[in-house]
Amino acid sequence: MKILVPMKRVLDPDNVNKVKASEDGTKVSSEGLEWKPNPFDEYAVEAALRLLEEADRGKMRGEVIVASIGPDEAIRQVLWCLAMGADRGIMVEGCDEQLDATVVARTLARLVEKEAPGLVLMGKQTVDGETNQTAQLLAEILGWPQATFAGRIEAPPDLSQAKVTREVDGGSAIVTVKFPAVISVDVRIVTPEGVKNNVTPADSLKKDGPRYASLPGIMKAKKKPVDRYTLEGLKVDMTQRVKTISFSLPPVRKAGVIVDTVEELVQKLKGEARVI
Amino acid sequence: MGKILIIAQILDGQVKKSTNSAVTFAARLASFLGTTYSIMALGDNLDAQTGDLIRLGADKVLTAESQGLDQAIAEHWSPIIEYVVRNGPYKFIVGPSSSTGKDTLPRLSYRLEAGMASDVVGVSFESGKVNYVRPMYAGNVNATVQIVTDIEVVSVRQTAFDAFEPVEKISPVEKVHVPLPPEVLGRIKFDGFEKSISERPDLTEANVVVSGGRGLKSTENFKLIEALADLLGGAVGATRSAVDAGYINNDFQVGQTGKIVAPDLYIAVGLSGAVQHVAGMKSSKVIVAINKDEEAPIFQVSDYGLVADLFKAVPQMTQEIKKVTG
Repeated sequence: MKILVPMKRVLDPDNVNKVKASEDGTKVSSEGLEWKPNPFDEYAVEAALRLLEEADRGKMRGEVIVASIGPDEAIRQVLWCLAMGADRGIMVEGCDEQLDATVVARTLARLVEKEAPGLVLMGKQTVDGETNQTAQLLAEILGWPQATFAGRIEAPPDLSQAKVTREVDGGSAIVTVKFPAVISVDVRIVTPEGVKNNVTPADSLKKDGPRYASLPGIMKAKKKPVDRYTLEGLKVDMTQRVKTISFSLPPVRKAGVIVDTVEELVQKLKGEARVI
Repeated sequence: MGKILIIAQILDGQVKKSTNSAVTFAARLASFLGTTYSIMALGDNLDAQTGDLIRLGADKVLTAESQGLDQAIAEHWSPIIEYVVRNGPYKFIVGPSSSTGKDTLPRLSYRLEAGMASDVVGVSFESGKVNYVRPMYAGNVNATVQIVTDIEVVSVRQTAFDAFEPVEKISPVEKVHVPLPPEVLGRIKFDGFEKSISERPDLTEANVVVSGGRGLKSTENFKLIEALADLLGGAVGATRSAVDAGYINNDFQVGQTGKIVAPDLYIAVGLSGAVQHVAGMKSSKVIVAINKDEEAPIFQVSDYGLVADLFKAVPQMTQEIKKVTG
């Protein structure tokens, strides 16, 4: 089975507090910040690999294709995913200004037409734009079932469907989706129990978190094929539905006081802040 | 001018406060536009919830009841809501950015050929267009966006809009019956719901939240946090690393990708204040931080900081609060 994993490059999520809106509000400044694969997309790559790999033999029961829409430089993040173990890459040239969630979903739908994957596995949201829409839009465009916010995926040996534990308000909702399907993943998908493919023996414990690209992995990645497309070439309808007018800085919270003792803290909470 | 349709959030038999926040948003939008709003609920049997929904100032309350609709499957909800929207006619579809809203509204928006603004925290009206403000980059940048389609879909961040207070006037109720299109059946099957068990108030509705981080070191030690939360009638929260370490269930994660909270009092215990966590709690009215590392970034956003060993300070704080509040 083919699994398509869309991946966006984003500014380093751990230093995202250094991202600022420009003074005229026309753009977001990102000076000195590194680009990384969107963490949730990286988890999706990991989940896709776990879903297809046969335990202990290093064989795959299919192909993981990583697709990114972005500038040329985003090839670095695609290569990172290939170094993790994905088989092929797809780069679609595009920039944020041309895209909204709908245009991204339409583009991915074109790639699905070309590649005919049995599953699209993707992050539940990007950590920059944070719209949390693309997987759901794509599922509707394709007329496929969706299972969003997956913390756990269990697939039978024939990979015809998946039982997905969705992390939702108030607990976990468990659904079974027939493939082809769109699944968006949450952070818990990369816990040792996150993915079960029924080929993996019960005692085979996965590591916590997405795998690192090994040195041999990095060498191999350079030789893996990456297909390149343009939005025009894919005949994507580029009409945006949401337009960004401006960016601004939200009010910044100021640091308060440091108190010396628990007694002083409780007094202030009662007398000054009046919250207890 | 087209009307506004609000999709109610019901969980565990209760109309959630996030619905009331969406109503506050919609009421503001309605006054800009000179229009009215309706509220729609979907579920198995909505008799108990209708009583709450009819007091939220809507021109009508629409209920779609059929077996399995309480499972909130996006593929099942979307065509039913679409039918109501097209026959309304409604031009603005509003829902809380709860997990159900996040799951369903984008799928619905595509059916309606509509653009969607996610997780909106502000709204204004300018020369005939609605401007929506929404956070990006873990709350470090706000974007102002406009939706350029005929129908506009919006999910509303609960913490940005006060809960709408129930009114005397009662809205009329209309039952809607929409059969599901056959193609959406059979592709997805609901296998069950595992409820996260908590006797405490809901994280997103509590006036007080006490959150723990990796500094707690174990599940057992979370009892310190729980005792303080219980004394204050509050909820318990956690950082992602505390959840990842298995100290507490993921339903209690506060942050960019967990729950967004804004209680009157947020007490952050043994957590450093990673940007992703701060994104989920920085709108709290009063923030207290207890951490032994005086360099911890959480002190930069807290109103009151205490540099101390949490294992001593938290039990002491619990005792002290008992003393002063009697």
